[in-house]
Amino acid sequence: MSDTTITRAASDKQAKKFNIGRLLLEGRAFFALILIIAVFSVMSPNYFTVGNFLIMSSHVAIYGLLSIGMLLVILNGGIDLSVGSILALAGVSAGAMMQGIELQALGVILYPPVWAVVVLTCVLGALVGAVNGVLISIFKVPAFVATLGVMYVARGIALLMTNGLTYNNLSGRAELGNTGFGWLGFNRIAGIPISVLVLAAMAIIAGLMLSRSSFGRWLYASGGNERAAELSGVPTRRVKITVYTLSGILSAIAGLVLSSQLTSAGPTAGTTYELTAIAAVVIGGAALTGGRGTIRGTMLGAFVIGFLSDGLVIIGVSSYWQTVFTGAVIVLAVLMNSLQYGRGTRKS
Amino acid sequence: MSPETPVPDARPDLQEVVLAARNVAKSYGNVHALKGVNFDIHRGQVTTLFGENGAGKSTLMKVLSGVIQPTSGEIILDGQPVSFGNAADARDRGISIIHQELSLAPNMTVRDNIFMGREIRTATGVDFAEEERQTRKLMEDLEEDIDPLTPVEELRLGQQQIVEIARALSVNSRILIMDEPTSALSASEVEVLFKVIRDLTARGVSIVYISHHLEEALTITDHAVVLRDGNMTAYAPRAEIDLEWIVRNMVGENYDLGSPPEGHEMGGVALSIRNLSVPDASGVDLVDGMSLDVRAGEIVCIYGLMGAGRTELLEAIAGRLHATGGEIVLDGREVSHLSIGERIARGLALVPEDRQRDGLVQTMSVGQNLSLASIRNFTRGLFTQTQAERALIDSSIREVTVKTDGPDAPIGSLSGGNQQKVVIGKILATKPRVIMLDEPSRGIDIGAKAEVFRLLAEGAKQGLAVLYSTSEVGECLSVAHRIIVMHKGHISAEFDSTVTKEEIMAASGESVAA
Ligand SMILES: Nc1ncnc2c1ncn2[C@@H]1O[C@H](COP(=O)(O)OP(=O)(O)OP(=O)(O)O)[C@@H](O)[C@H]1O
Ligand SMILES: [Mg+2]
Repeated sequence: MSDTTITRAASDKQAKKFNIGRLLLEGRAFFALILIIAVFSVMSPNYFTVGNFLIMSSHVAIYGLLSIGMLLVILNGGIDLSVGSILALAGVSAGAMMQGIELQALGVILYPPVWAVVVLTCVLGALVGAVNGVLISIFKVPAFVATLGVMYVARGIALLMTNGLTYNNLSGRAELGNTGFGWLGFNRIAGIPISVLVLAAMAIIAGLMLSRSSFGRWLYASGGNERAAELSGVPTRRVKITVYTLSGILSAIAGLVLSSQLTSAGPTAGTTYELTAIAAVVIGGAALTGGRGTIRGTMLGAFVIGFLSDGLVIIGVSSYWQTVFTGAVIVLAVLMNSLQYGRGTRKS
Repeated sequence: MSPETPVPDARPDLQEVVLAARNVAKSYGNVHALKGVNFDIHRGQVTTLFGENGAGKSTLMKVLSGVIQPTSGEIILDGQPVSFGNAADARDRGISIIHQELSLAPNMTVRDNIFMGREIRTATGVDFAEEERQTRKLMEDLEEDIDPLTPVEELRLGQQQIVEIARALSVNSRILIMDEPTSALSASEVEVLFKVIRDLTARGVSIVYISHHLEEALTITDHAVVLRDGNMTAYAPRAEIDLEWIVRNMVGENYDLGSPPEGHEMGGVALSIRNLSVPDASGVDLVDGMSLDVRAGEIVCIYGLMGAGRTELLEAIAGRLHATGGEIVLDGREVSHLSIGERIARGLALVPEDRQRDGLVQTMSVGQNLSLASIRNFTRGLFTQTQAERALIDSSIREVTVKTDGPDAPIGSLSGGNQQKVVIGKILATKPRVIMLDEPSRGIDIGAKAEVFRLLAEGAKQGLAVLYSTSEVGECLSVAHRIIVMHKGHISAEFDSTVTKEEIMAASGESVAA
């Protein structure tokens, strides 16, 4: 009898130790962020200032918005390679609308107000995303291939629309009633850039959706085991189309924010951003096989990438090294993912 | 050595015992799956392990086959203490295991699955012809008509289980552990397997056999061991035991699966199938123009062999498979055009046969799995209601007696039988009016089975219509008002509950085994 109590106590102690390791593993993105901030603060006096944090955050906003959409798609067991292209297409389309839409039949040029430009651009993003969703869920094209195709097509259309050039004047004119495009990228509320607030709002909405709505549960379920989800009454096709559509909308919003920040909209904007978004999701602990991941993790992942690359710029490291560092962080993150999930999924 | 002193000798008898566990404990955090177990595998004989769901049977077998390492304790092979680093280690020492849950690669062929990791090599690569020949031979031994080049995902669950068995047989090990190898097999296939087992023991192979089909297991047992709550509570040779002994030691009381519920008025027709046909991928009808009515308050059992078309019939009614012809009428309304979710919302739900593939979301917790099919019932406006969900989960866990660390435990931490209970609980939680169950007793212990039967009987009294598919005649007789025998996509016979086992089996096209 005493024998069993001893082993029991020992195993309890072991359990506690294991839990600390587990905490470090599960909170890795958070600890990585703290570490990055600490290291750069020591290396540069300009890093640890409110002003710098806000600027860095407004850079993170772009990746952050894309990675929210990417997280939804990855939770569903898919991937969306078209987000960078949708971002560019959205920016260019917004730019074109700001220049005026010429209706040749009527011989007039329409100048839609900024709110209409924003809405129309989001609708465009939603449409492109829905194309992804329909290709994948109804025509059963693998997500990787479908979104790869759409990535090229969207980029191509953006290039065609501008002939490869960039719209430089997005500020509108007071007499046309379409000023205010810069608001998204430049204004602040209570000192916080609008873009950061947009990111925060989107993150909160997505977080609530994932944790509290039935759609969120459907998403986790169909990413974890689509057949079982379907038999439990989850409308798996609708879920799939919805996540790609949402990813498209978020890419369009990111496109608006970016072109507003740059006061220009070019067709080559956002190239390879899809990879950064995937990286943020992975660093945030989501499983590329679907069904596992959180908004909190993904946001941390986006900040890790953003704060790391801006930090490297601030201390004057060359951009080539930045690429190397980012890559190393991604590999490290995936390594830890397999540590976290590899153990639990042993065949029972 | 009497059953009253359940402690085998500290040192196992070298002649008699080939592999032994001494004081083996295994803990997962605060869950103590094994609490110091002694267990002997008898040389050249069949040692059967009995125990409730979650008693620790699979855990003990995984320890003995090197799949997991014990927290403490000793493993003794041929009198020598050993420790296995992993399953391949144990396989090299002649120990192989058939896992409770299938571990096949669905996209690969039967042949490639059987030789996975042990490919037969020649100078120029893999000798596929030889592998195929051996696979064919194995299938002949098991009297199965399965082509070695079929991808595993195209096989029915029972056939996949045969492949799993064939793979373990192909290793030619000295010790073969079988963790519920027959849960998806029909009676005649079990017969064949038992013949194979007797051949093996005649050649000196030692077998460990685990099953919740107690009577069936008794026919092959030489030594019986009972686990309860991580402890060994009894062991005895075959001559000293009977069914009652097993049940008494397993659960402490005797269970009677009972008889169909009586004394309630049956309502009108709840589910009506007219002329339903379901084709397979190549267009051959697996269900061929079937018609069937189930009344509210009635429990109908569908009995049939593997491949009789039972699963296809139920999946078509649930909306998973597309029926090419015929009608499905629920409470007087045609539902063929509705999605699975809409059918569930109207009260028509299916407990699927394959819990790993169709029943559970492995990435979610026990609680999330239980509530998945009834989310709509506790969503108000945009959000799910945590309180209501928690209440539903707690009552489900109690209702189907899931043994778990808590609703937030990962589903994979449950024992096989408890996972099955979650699948059943999930569908019961949708408060269906017509429930279909496809081999629901797969892997659940006798107590849980009695509990499920009781729930169905109680439901029937309140007007629930039940369609219960099984390949175990005994289950039909203890639960159903009406028994339908399916054979090659047709109804080949229909009986009321006064029928005998033999009549049912004869109608299914099964040779009535001794
Ligand atoms: N990976 C794990 N993590 C936590 N708990 C576990 C894990 N594996 C098993 N357990 C627990 O150990 C106990 C014994 O499980 P085991 O699978 O050995 O039961 P079993 O006797 O095979 O039951 P069944 O008849 O249902 O197959 C259960 O309570 C189970 O929840
Ligand atoms: Mg088990």
